[in-house]
Amino acid sequence: MQLVLEKRAERSATIALVSPLIAIGLTLVTMSILFAILGKNPLSALGVYFIDPLIDGYSLQEIAVKATPLVMIAIGLSLCYLANAWNIGAEGQFLIGAVAGSWLAVKTQGTDAGHWVLPAMLLLGALAGALYALIPAICKVRFGASEILTSLMLVYVADLLLDYLVRGPWRDPKGFNFPTTAEFDPVATVPVLIEGGRLHLGAIIALAVVAAGAVLLGRTINGFEIRVVGAAPRAARFGGFNATRLILLTFAISGALAGLAGIVEVAGPVGHLQPGISPGYGFTAIIVAFLGRLNPIGILVAALFLALTFIGGEQAQIAMKIPLDVTKVFQGILLFYVLACDSLILYRFRLIAASSKVQSGAH
Amino acid sequence: MSDPMPAALHTAAAPLFQAAGLTKRYGTFLANDRIDIDIWPEQIHALLGENGAGKSTLVKTIYGLIQPTEGEMRWRGRPMVLAGPSEARAHGIGMVFQHFSLFDNLTVAENVALGLDGKESFRDISARLEQVSKTYGLPLDPRREVWQLSVGERQRIEIVRALMQNPGFLILDEPTAVLTPQEADQLFTVLNRLKAEGRAILYISHKLEEVKRLCDTATILRGGRKVATCNPKAETAASLARMMVGGEIKQVRAAADRRITVPRLIVNDLCLTPDDPHGVWLEHIGFELRGGEILGIAGVAGNGQDELFAALSGERLSKEPGTIVIDGHAAGHLSITQRRKLGAAFVPEERLGHATAPRMRLSENALLTGHATGNMVRRGFVNTAAMLKTVDRTTETFDVRKAKRDPEAASLSGGNLQKFVVGREILREPVVLVVNQPTWGVDAGAAAVIRQALLDLAASGAAVLVTSQDLDELAEITDRIAVMFHGRLSAPLKTVEASRERLGLLMGGSSIDSTEAPHAARA
Repeated sequence: MQLVLEKRAERSATIALVSPLIAIGLTLVTMSILFAILGKNPLSALGVYFIDPLIDGYSLQEIAVKATPLVMIAIGLSLCYLANAWNIGAEGQFLIGAVAGSWLAVKTQGTDAGHWVLPAMLLLGALAGALYALIPAICKVRFGASEILTSLMLVYVADLLLDYLVRGPWRDPKGFNFPTTAEFDPVATVPVLIEGGRLHLGAIIALAVVAAGAVLLGRTINGFEIRVVGAAPRAARFGGFNATRLILLTFAISGALAGLAGIVEVAGPVGHLQPGISPGYGFTAIIVAFLGRLNPIGILVAALFLALTFIGGEQAQIAMKIPLDVTKVFQGILLFYVLACDSLILYRFRLIAASSKVQSGAH
Repeated sequence: MSDPMPAALHTAAAPLFQAAGLTKRYGTFLANDRIDIDIWPEQIHALLGENGAGKSTLVKTIYGLIQPTEGEMRWRGRPMVLAGPSEARAHGIGMVFQHFSLFDNLTVAENVALGLDGKESFRDISARLEQVSKTYGLPLDPRREVWQLSVGERQRIEIVRALMQNPGFLILDEPTAVLTPQEADQLFTVLNRLKAEGRAILYISHKLEEVKRLCDTATILRGGRKVATCNPKAETAASLARMMVGGEIKQVRAAADRRITVPRLIVNDLCLTPDDPHGVWLEHIGFELRGGEILGIAGVAGNGQDELFAALSGERLSKEPGTIVIDGHAAGHLSITQRRKLGAAFVPEERLGHATAPRMRLSENALLTGHATGNMVRRGFVNTAAMLKTVDRTTETFDVRKAKRDPEAASLSGGNLQKFVVGREILREPVVLVVNQPTWGVDAGAAAVIRQALLDLAASGAAVLVTSQDLDELAEITDRIAVMFHGRLSAPLKTVEASRERLGLLMGGSSIDSTEAPHAARA
């Protein structure tokens, strides 16, 4: 018997839906083995990871809070990836958005500035993220520099800039030398949806982004342009679509969404600017985008699932002393399986009977 | 060479290869339905059929690329199961594909070495390559890089590569589609020689006259089934075509009262340097094409036809607006979308990947060229109903056969996709249509539909520019023919006055300048 990968005549719609589930299943099996090696009971570890957060009200809200930036960033990234533009630096754009928006919060601190502050901060965050994302995009179209490398490297630039600002010029004078700005004023804070809860306006913005993404990709000529440039560049040029313009556009949109997510996170759940505002949202969003099949609705579901791994990881650390880094291992394995299972959309496995070997003297 | 033999007489005692009840099923679709075929040594066996008749599936099965659902293959009387092409090659089955699989930046010898299974050293391969190419009169320089070679030479690489495996049974998929008449004659000499050496050849072609001239036996497929095995020399081209199509093929007819009107497409002294380092420079190209007229551009592939198409379509822009005039508007600097808005339409040579996005649906591919004109986009939003309607209208008007209403472009057969690609443009009612190789690799039935559509479009007042390597096609539908050679275009000849010899000379590069002078004087 021999196992071969055979090309399908058409892409399989069924597998396109099922493939993420297969990937999750395989990831769970692999994780169980990993837990067993760590000397933990795999079943109870998986229970702490994936069941416990779902039966606790506080954790459920926290999942939505964590999913909010993931959704916003991943929708933007999906546009890039569909257009064959590889923005890996969403983490940097997230941080720059947070920094730019925080600038206004810091400047207006203690003044009696009105309710225009928060909208202006969100706008600044989105704008800064877009401009920051345009750096690798312009380097790509102008000089042919690989956007994968340049966008990734700019993450560290953004990270260190934030670090400098909160340790230097923007440090809270009453903050006992901790590297953080002062708590933002109420007019510079994203309001919570339920009094006393953690769920904030950002969740609504994220849902709006999902809806906008779905309309853009499914219903507009620009969405079609994005898809066709990525799927068949030569046909896209024949159709009259300009790939260069599209690289700039998708990078700008995804940068804006990442920047917006950054400032929403800082002005929302965190409440001030400090290092470590992101547990790697910009990178996890890459997994979210692919797990969600680069489809807005899929991304929403995938973001909730990956938010669950963050919360589960924290609880597993507390309850079972499983290192927090296992969450990152989990996410990495998941991305691996997602990409592997995706090949089943265009290919299928087939078993063929052992071939009668060529007999000598046959010719 | 060898005497032509009647099909009933075989010198060998038994067939070299046999297929019995070979069936290939995809879901509910039968690509091959219980096909029997006997291949005898010392015979050239034609495989005929329309696109989608199952020819490709059958030869891919024989070459081990596809596993049959049912049925049996026998090699020298013994059952044979092939897990892949390397096993087919090990038995002695060789194949030359219609689309070459060569690396442009590698040399001839490197390309051949990559395609061989054995552990031979590169030096031995080069030596053997030279020897095989000499023996069979297929001249090739092993050290030349493929991008420097003509299409005919590239095909020689594929044939030599197959011959270096010393196959007892050689399959050729439409080998003459890319050759000039002279090159085709050379190929037939080689094939007759291979036959005389006792090899069996399975020859896929759409050119029925060619099959009558060359082949000893013909198997005809239709709708996945074998409809006949016959001696093509005893048949007429018309009777073969009838068996392929299952009915009469419509002859194309030019409208009797076509009116030649105003100039719709004017090209003035167009010069362009290529993007691609391997491309062709366009030099001082000029012609005038009027409404109601069909101008043909003949020439061997790779002489600047693709570059001219890119310049006309606007995929390459020209700095001088006046070099290209579409329906009275200077358009050299306009994008392809703006040119479409002026009423121009374009059909490139490559169906998959250029004319269409292969993994997108037909409706999306209708949108690809129709988004700037017509009603498929309103205020930035796409109108799915209008897209589907375009697909339905194209399907109906041009007889596009497909498994469902809106499949992916890649799932259509070549002929049906070409009908869709041409039909999609014609339904936009263009005033100028530029079409490159309209019937390349397309069966007789689909080709007739497409040619008739081009004639009808011209009759309705549009100007049509057809680039083709098929001289018969150009003779059938054009009013005038110009020849492209090394990036230059000859002055157009009236089709009725353009003999094959005269065109052949122009295609070879002689006397382009001498024909230009008298024309300039006339104009």
